[in-house]
Amino acid sequence: MAAPVIQIENLNLHYGAFHALKNVNLAIGAREITALIGPSGCGKSTLLRCLNRMNDLVPGCRIEGAVRFEEKDLYARGVDVCGLRKRIGMVFQRPNPFPLSVFENVAFGLRVSGLTDRASVNAVVERSLRGAWLWDYVKDKLGAPALELPLDQQQRLCVARVLAVEPEVILMDEPCSALDPISTAKIEELMLELRAAYTIVIVTHNMQQASRISDRSAFMLMGEMIEAGGTLGLFTKPTDKRTEDYITGRFG
Amino acid sequence: MKPVGERVVEWTLKGLAFSALASLLLIAVFIFMEGAPFMVRLGVKDFLFSSDWRPQEGHYGIFAMIVASVWVTLGAMLVGAPLGIAGAVFLNEFAPESVRRVIKPMIELLAGIPSVVYGFIGVMVVAPLIREHLGGAGLSVLAAALILGVMILPTVISISSDAIGSVPRSYREGALALGATRWQSVHMVVLKAARSGIAASVILGMGRAVGETMAVIMVAGNAVTIPHSPLDSVCTLTAKIALEMGSAVGLHRQALFATGVVLFIGIMVLNGLAMAAMKKRSART
Ligand SMILES: Nc1ncnc2c1ncn2[C@@H]1O[C@H](COP(=O)(O)OP(=O)(O)O)[C@@H](O)[C@H]1O
Ligand SMILES: [Mg+2]
Repeated sequence: MAAPVIQIENLNLHYGAFHALKNVNLAIGAREITALIGPSGCGKSTLLRCLNRMNDLVPGCRIEGAVRFEEKDLYARGVDVCGLRKRIGMVFQRPNPFPLSVFENVAFGLRVSGLTDRASVNAVVERSLRGAWLWDYVKDKLGAPALELPLDQQQRLCVARVLAVEPEVILMDEPCSALDPISTAKIEELMLELRAAYTIVIVTHNMQQASRISDRSAFMLMGEMIEAGGTLGLFTKPTDKRTEDYITGRFG
Repeated sequence: MKPVGERVVEWTLKGLAFSALASLLLIAVFIFMEGAPFMVRLGVKDFLFSSDWRPQEGHYGIFAMIVASVWVTLGAMLVGAPLGIAGAVFLNEFAPESVRRVIKPMIELLAGIPSVVYGFIGVMVVAPLIREHLGGAGLSVLAAALILGVMILPTVISISSDAIGSVPRSYREGALALGATRWQSVHMVVLKAARSGIAASVILGMGRAVGETMAVIMVAGNAVTIPHSPLDSVCTLTAKIALEMGSAVGLHRQALFATGVVLFIGIMVLNGLAMAAMKKRSART
């Protein structure tokens, strides 16, 4: 695998009394697509949300262990969480554009950083929309409410919104689960293109999707990391019986 | 066939609901029947746009009172809207659960305090403070605005807090995931998403301020003049009706009813605006 940018080390997470992640270890390679797979409820989203500290918002959530991003532990004291989330962006399961215009959605991250120069904002917005393959669809209606776009364009808008802050890593939590097959194909194609410049971690419960787009896959079950490795190897020669059962469709 | 007991309950409830509606309708019809003909006879223009109110001599102009009501209400907005919206934001977004559980019921309690108590505080505390530090009689537009501003807080806070609370969590998460601070996510996304509900809360608060009577009588000074400064005494539409209704007969009495018609229409317009704002919100989400 490529040199790891993120290293998850002995990560344990509790939601109150519920032990949701059990001693998880995983390395995420730079400029690769890593797929987190496993049955519903096994902790994929929870693990993903540890990478940009979104679980901080959940009351009663306790985390032990380390997530190293370029060697430094994200959970160390004094980490600038807002700055961190600009470097590790996130696309959610359901498209969640803000109830603002298309333009303001993409410009949001820039406004957050205090960038006001009209020309540079315009330039970044255009570049980001092009990067998410949305420019041609929305260039004539940048002022229209984002919520009026079709669902797959809304999801690509959410990608554009993340691209605008120039992150290094993009986390995607089942980004296609609300989309039809054609829109899904478009998003997948987009991810393959983005891989050239970004490290991507995607949660999916869709085996075909994982095998189509990911370089490495990690299989989870009931909060445990069962097996991780190159996607091809994991799908053809799994070493763990439980992985084999899952990918051959015997449960989940 | 339903049991008899159930049918009795059903009919009783229907009867009560109907009589509530009917009495509201009757009140409206009654006010209009008493007031509208008078307005027409005197001339709507003379009634609304003259400031000459001398019932003994047959002058019935309510312009000064309209201006007073408008100023007092706008002043109350200036005090109550920012405080109320800030309070709602604090409660929903920043207060820990334990604080919220204590404060929310307290605010609802605030709505239950009789207005005469607010008026009393106005007379004993607020008016003297104004008189000593800013001058004038103390009983003034400013005093009324301050007292009313506090009185409408429960309305503004509870309705805008509901609006803020119903903003989907996914908006907040989206903002925070882009590196926004808590406060940025609130003012750049949450408040924008909740703006029609917040607007509705302010308009309903205005409705309350326009209609409030007892506290205003106690603190506004009740001088029928067009105010030139916030320190001047004024008499609002509601105050005038309450003060004179007891002794008014004949035309004077009809003039007061006509004043009631003006108030009624004003409040209907405000409530209509609030409803339109809320509708817009539900149509959008
Ligand atoms: N906020 C939460 N509070 C309590 N339990 C949670 C919370 N979020 C998720 N869980 C639980 O943690 C487990 C893993 O959830 P999740 O990470 O969403 O699974 P996945 O994404 O793999 O479907 C589930 O059993 C779920 O019920
Ligand atoms: Mg999930």
